[in-house]
Amino acid sequence: MERIKLTIDGTPVEVDPGSTVLDAAKKAGVHVPTLCYHPELRVEGSCRLCVVEVEGMRSLAASCVYPASNGMVVRTNSQTVRRTRKSIVELLLANHPQDCLVCTRHGHCEMQDLSHQLGVRKVRFKGELREMEKDESSVAIVRDPNKCILCGRCLRICEQTQKVSAIGLAYRGSKSVVTTPFNQGLNDGPCVSCGQCIKVCPVAALHERDATEVTWKALNESKIHTVVQVAPAVRTALGEEFGMRPGSLVTEKMVTALRKLGFDRVFDTQFGADLTIIEEGHELLHRLETKENLPLITSCSPGWVKYAEHFFPEMLDNVSTCKSPQQMFGALVKTYYSEKVGIAPENIFHVAIMPCTAKKYEASREEMGRNGLRDVDAVLTTRELAAMIKEAGIDFENLPDSEFDLPLGMSSGAGTIFGVTGGVTEAALRTVYEIKTGKELEEIDFHNVRGFAGVREASIPMNGLTLKVAIANSLGQAEKLLKRVKSGEAEYHFIEIMGCLGGCIGGGGQPFSKDPDIKQKRASALYRQDHLKRVRKAHENPAIKELYRSFLGEPNGQKAHDLLHTHYHARSRY
Amino acid sequence: MEEKKSCCNCNYGNEADPKYVELDQVIAKFKGMEGALIMILHRAQGIFGYLPEEVQRHVAKELNIPLTDVYGVTTFYSYFSLTPRGKYRIAVCMGTACYVRGAGDIVSAFEKELGIKVGQTTEDKMYTLEVSRCIGACGIAPVMTVNEDVYGSISADRVPGILAKYNAK
Repeated sequence: MERIKLTIDGTPVEVDPGSTVLDAAKKAGVHVPTLCYHPELRVEGSCRLCVVEVEGMRSLAASCVYPASNGMVVRTNSQTVRRTRKSIVELLLANHPQDCLVCTRHGHCEMQDLSHQLGVRKVRFKGELREMEKDESSVAIVRDPNKCILCGRCLRICEQTQKVSAIGLAYRGSKSVVTTPFNQGLNDGPCVSCGQCIKVCPVAALHERDATEVTWKALNESKIHTVVQVAPAVRTALGEEFGMRPGSLVTEKMVTALRKLGFDRVFDTQFGADLTIIEEGHELLHRLETKENLPLITSCSPGWVKYAEHFFPEMLDNVSTCKSPQQMFGALVKTYYSEKVGIAPENIFHVAIMPCTAKKYEASREEMGRNGLRDVDAVLTTRELAAMIKEAGIDFENLPDSEFDLPLGMSSGAGTIFGVTGGVTEAALRTVYEIKTGKELEEIDFHNVRGFAGVREASIPMNGLTLKVAIANSLGQAEKLLKRVKSGEAEYHFIEIMGCLGGCIGGGGQPFSKDPDIKQKRASALYRQDHLKRVRKAHENPAIKELYRSFLGEPNGQKAHDLLHTHYHARSRY
Repeated sequence: MEEKKSCCNCNYGNEADPKYVELDQVIAKFKGMEGALIMILHRAQGIFGYLPEEVQRHVAKELNIPLTDVYGVTTFYSYFSLTPRGKYRIAVCMGTACYVRGAGDIVSAFEKELGIKVGQTTEDKMYTLEVSRCIGACGIAPVMTVNEDVYGSISADRVPGILAKYNAK
């Protein structure tokens, strides 16, 4: 098809048919400010911030929706355009609380950035400040409708990418509000706590529920033994919070920082991931033998698990009974580790650092504790950890390196790649293949399960069986895949589902980023770390072998079932 | 929400409830058609008098659509009511033409006579006072309706007379 030629601020540019004026501007190297626009979401064109002047048109055009056409002459920085943009920002600010200095998004707020960028120095309008109640019903996510600027990005990602629709737009005109049906609270609806809404919210209308306060309190309590575990995806993103290059791997600095914060033991969730592979691998081998409840679907992503409970309750028997790495780890801290060091579980405070908000929810699930104690006492997001490091005045970038504590800090490269979509599958294949065939893998990198396509498939021949696997990242993609499985259109032995786009590296608890390639950068850091590991298969992790030998017994055995496995409940969507 | 939320004492889920039987017939008739949701909600309000929470849940479930879609529509249109209404629903048009010809005074007169504010229902459940968007009868502005009855070219001093008519019924 013929390309479209147009001029943006005097620069000639060529774009493909179907492109918008905003696409063309990007191509011409011109930055047009946007707000309701988000590259991963359907275009809405509601905020009008991206308006530009098109020669021959009477009024300004919203460039994010306006199609580029041949011969078009566009100006993005005329006096009219600049004035209009400023007015739009002023109008938004007119009824937006101005408590920026103490706001959770201070320094990461798109409204702040915009008003700074556009040179807004005063707000000429005085709007009505609404006083709506905060929604604090969820253990993971807080909704503050007073901060909301109605850009609709949250409800679009919830509806389009995640197929959950826990929040929507209600009422109209000046009374419009983003809310849950009947304002019932996130906890009462199908919200899966994935936090993707937080990730796309330009302001502080959505944020994680704070766990730093309770963590500080435990750290300051001398009688309490504090144990922390850190998920793989955290170490590939934490550096961003301190101005480091996206994709920086900061594992060793992070361990030092955690010790400086006062944690008594610094362990690695990747140990839990290795353990998950052993348990889930054996579960898969068992199901392949009995041919029951296939495909086996992973259960590491708590957002996915809750989604399954609400939207695919008929498939809950397919979901692995394995707890997630976080919860396996928590169960071990309060039993195995507690016995080993001779500290009673009630004197241990166990913190998990996660790229995820749904992990907060998971830790609070009824099944995830024993004798009235939680297995995981607090879950901090990557952002919250960064905030604590900053608050403690630690110069992160210049920290010396240090190593995780043993034995629960020992992990394989298989545990590392859990943090990226396809990683659990690859980790499982490395172990299942060797157990099933009794042979050592020649090539342990499974490149065909990597990448960011929404759904990926692979077939792996092993001992007369061709193991068929599929991977879905994001809940919308999972819905698509599971519908095909239910109708019989597609058949697999193993399915990996991650609640968020890109897997944990794209989780709702990760640092805010405007880098369009952020997922690739974080993922390549994880694959780099995997390559650097001496042990790259879960079943070869010596600490895991020791755990089974001295404590758990057999994989999928009685003790393993008591501590490391769980069950699910069907929940209503309505 | 955990499994089955215990709800109010409505008859949600009770198949014998004739209102729900009628609602299900309406849903069956419109399901799959373009604009089905609005048509169903319109009829549902006719059946129940308003749109209780459980009716909205029922409609969402039967149409297999998110509850946020239903709630977005029922709160968007002033025609739909989420709370029980009186026997007589007074709706004063506040469209531009009616507004400039004194609709505001008529609303005030009703508020004074009935002792309620816009959006409220009298204690005896006789009257609900509402304002509506333009109903397309600008030629006889200001205009108002009581259920299906239309009153044009009205003024505040006619308010007691209009009410008397319904009080006598």
